[in-house]
Amino acid sequence: MSSEWPLWEVFIRGQHGLNHRHVGSLHAPDAEMAINNARDVYTRRNEGVSIWVVRSSDIAASSPSEKGPLFEPSNAKVYRHPTFFDIPDEVGHM
Amino acid sequence: MYAQMVKTDAPRVKTLDEMDPQERSFQERIDQGQKIEPKEWMPEGYRKTLIRQISQHAHSEIVGQLPEGNWITRAPTLERKAILLAKVQDEAGHGLYLYCAAETLGISRDEMYEQLHSGKAKYSSIFNYPTLTWADIGAIGWLVDGAAIMNQVPLQRCSYGPYSRAMIRICKEESFHQRQGFDILMKMVKGTPAQKAMVQDALNRWWWPSLMMFGPSDDASVHSAQSMAWKIKQNSNDELRQKFVDQTVPQAEYLGLTIPDPKLEWNEEKGGYDFGEPDWNEFFEVLAGNGPCNAERLGARRKAWADGAWFRDGLTAYAEKQAARRAGNEAAAE
Ligand SMILES: [Fe+2]
Ligand SMILES: [Fe+2]
Ligand SMILES: [Fe+2]
Repeated sequence: MSSEWPLWEVFIRGQHGLNHRHVGSLHAPDAEMAINNARDVYTRRNEGVSIWVVRSSDIAASSPSEKGPLFEPSNAKVYRHPTFFDIPDEVGHM
Repeated sequence: MYAQMVKTDAPRVKTLDEMDPQERSFQERIDQGQKIEPKEWMPEGYRKTLIRQISQHAHSEIVGQLPEGNWITRAPTLERKAILLAKVQDEAGHGLYLYCAAETLGISRDEMYEQLHSGKAKYSSIFNYPTLTWADIGAIGWLVDGAAIMNQVPLQRCSYGPYSRAMIRICKEESFHQRQGFDILMKMVKGTPAQKAMVQDALNRWWWPSLMMFGPSDDASVHSAQSMAWKIKQNSNDELRQKFVDQTVPQAEYLGLTIPDPKLEWNEEKGGYDFGEPDWNEFFEVLAGNGPCNAERLGARRKAWADGAWFRDGLTAYAEKQAARRAGNEAAAE
């Protein structure tokens, strides 16, 4: 009885100068096959110049229920946004 | 359509007031157009219905390779063969995007395969019809992918993030599929009278099964109402069927073909065509496993899965050996 191949998350750099972006996942026995399969599954139309694969089980994720405690502290710091400050028109572009 | 007649387990759609606070805030997020992501809380019915719908859709993409695959070795030119190969490969990709999306809901890939192979899970009725001539390959791209597009475009806005993103990828690729089919037919109708007759024959055989892809009228269905409330279905089956007919009839006219429906008639008042009712007995028979090719299609999938077992196991064994060797080398280096 076969056991299922592990799941890999696939990240593609779409163009030079851009970040790798998560595009989906796939099953493969090892990293090399995961990259080969990612090429066929996610870049059939020149979608990428580079591929990363990471075992899904190696990804640590924040949990949706922690969304409040995790992100609220930064929501409170509205002064981080430049629009918080009123600069008079006479000052010109800033 | 690719997922025909998905059941929701709902006796009827609850109002916001009848929901507990958790479900209510979930429904409100959906009503506001927010996306639901994998690890978030969701009602059990939402999760189960999505698994049914997405896996049916995935199975349809995978089984859908078979009727077209039948003609890869018989394509009339090398270019047509390369194009068909690329099209069928896209369908494999669509299946894989969708299986991944379903897996985020907590079902494993092997479980889904098992449900397909045992006949428990359904796939679209359309893929249980045979591809008898090269014109069938044109008709499938034009009509079957055309009907698929009708259904998939609104699903790009569906409430479940991974499904919506998979649909966006798929929709980008579908227009190639439809055009390559139409292109095959444009060529053939300009050919010999025998070739043109072949195209008409293909249309005669594929027209009604294509209309059945949208499923029976579901205006009164509680499952559809629930799916619409959850925004995992956006339009009624009749609505999409009407759109498909209105779009396709002029294309058939362009090809000089006759739609095999004596009731087909332009209705000025509604701004669309009136048309006949598909044979729903045939539809239910095909869905129940009694279509012309059901046994062949499932047989081919089961055989591919069984015949590939040694290969899947071999790659697993190799990966384990490599990992053990790396671990051994690292231990020796310490
Ligand atoms: Fe597809
Ligand atoms: Fe398709
Ligand atoms: Fe397609």
